[in-house]
Amino acid sequence: MNFLNHLGRYMFMLRDMTARPDNWRMYLLEVFRQMNSIGVGSLIIIGIISFFVGAVTAIQFAYQLEASFLPPYILGFIIRDSVIIELAPTISGLLLAGKVGSNISGELGSMRITEQIDALEIMGINSRNYLLSPKIIASLLIVPPLILIAAFLGIWGGYLAATNYGISPAMYEKGLSYMFKPYNVFIMQVKSVVFAFLITSVSCYQGYFVEGGAIDIGKASTRAVVFSSILIILFDYIITLLLT
Amino acid sequence: MIEVQNITKSFDDKQILKGISTIFSPGIINMVIGTSGSGKTVFMKCLVGLFQPDTGSILYNGIDFTRISIKEKKQIRTQIGMLFQGSALFDSMTVEENVLFPLDMFTNMTAKEKMNRVNFCLERVNLVGANKKYPGEISGGMMKRVGIARSIVLNPRYLFCDEPNSGLDPQTSLLIDQLIKEITAEYQMTTIMNTHDMNSVIGVGGKIIFLHKGNKEWEGTNKEILTSDNQILNDFIFASEFLKEIRRGATNPK
Repeated sequence: MNFLNHLGRYMFMLRDMTARPDNWRMYLLEVFRQMNSIGVGSLIIIGIISFFVGAVTAIQFAYQLEASFLPPYILGFIIRDSVIIELAPTISGLLLAGKVGSNISGELGSMRITEQIDALEIMGINSRNYLLSPKIIASLLIVPPLILIAAFLGIWGGYLAATNYGISPAMYEKGLSYMFKPYNVFIMQVKSVVFAFLITSVSCYQGYFVEGGAIDIGKASTRAVVFSSILIILFDYIITLLLT
Repeated sequence: MIEVQNITKSFDDKQILKGISTIFSPGIINMVIGTSGSGKTVFMKCLVGLFQPDTGSILYNGIDFTRISIKEKKQIRTQIGMLFQGSALFDSMTVEENVLFPLDMFTNMTAKEKMNRVNFCLERVNLVGANKKYPGEISGGMMKRVGIARSIVLNPRYLFCDEPNSGLDPQTSLLIDQLIKEITAEYQMTTIMNTHDMNSVIGVGGKIIFLHKGNKEWEGTNKEILTSDNQILNDFIFASEFLKEIRRGATNPK
């Protein structure tokens, strides 16, 4: 199937998801269940990785700064902006593409193969609306705060690593507040929302339209992760280009 | 009653259904039989609306299911129960939640009323005490019974069963057949069953249609099938020596 066919089917999927839910209570329960699965389920891994990404970045820059004439507080400034603008949203996005994307695609693929989606359709339920849109809405609601936490932990990891490396806490803190632009946090949140949509919608598409058996579910999960990751990097570039 | 009028269905250039017409009556099990690839599953998927036939009509009590709006289709679908070959239970839900799900979606019953209905349906399929188990924790036969309970929880007028006996031992198969037969007669449902199981066909088949290469090759009752002189049907039905012996007994009674 060529690219345009996939694109058309993807757009139709998005259109069908926006239908009025068959039962609002059940729909909202599903949104909360997905928020728990996507958000709470990813918090620990995002937290650990963001913390160490911040820490490693701090040590590497501190090492580079040793040989320069730049003041030491610049380290806090570099860590803050690189974590907020790039590292937190992109690393978390790629991580979520792997964890959440493969999970969504595998779950939906398995439901398709075992005829659970057909069962919903025969009951008269719009399966795209009931199964897919709660996942997308939940991720749009939960990923931005998740990435905010990732940014905080990344900066904190940088702080601990930098002070351990010999930079004084006061210097790091001075760097953190130096030329701070709240607009950068806005860029981070725009990236969060776009990445959340890309990860879940692409994974939903790959899982929902699986045909075949167990091997095809595995292939769909791989495609979900690969395509989401590529799109994250592509849109990271586009958003950065447009907003900075 | 479901009336099928000359339906055809093709995928790419391959015609799967070649103009099938028949009538399925309520209160009996209507069986669709045929070799693998004969079009049984596509036929059933057309009947329940998962596939749109290329031509022809499917009338649910006189309403043409192929030509009504999505909203009207939804209305008819709430009157349809379906038992899938693999049961198609929601594996993230317990037995109780699976049966409760259609009630949660489509009724305004109170929690107590819903639970009473769920327990009634589980009792009806002899599944008392399995409420809190997950599909992964129960046997294939139990899964089929949960599937039946979920199919009948909204009191459907139409019940579709896609190879309900596949993967089950002969004794459990008989129990499932008997259960479907009893429920069909009790609620006067229009039941349509796809099957390969000749025990089911001869045991509980009220009306049987035989599909061959996308055509309706033969139609009759479970008594008539034993004495039919349709060669293609006989090659399919009496494939084993054991069944050939039954046929000899049926055509030459002592």
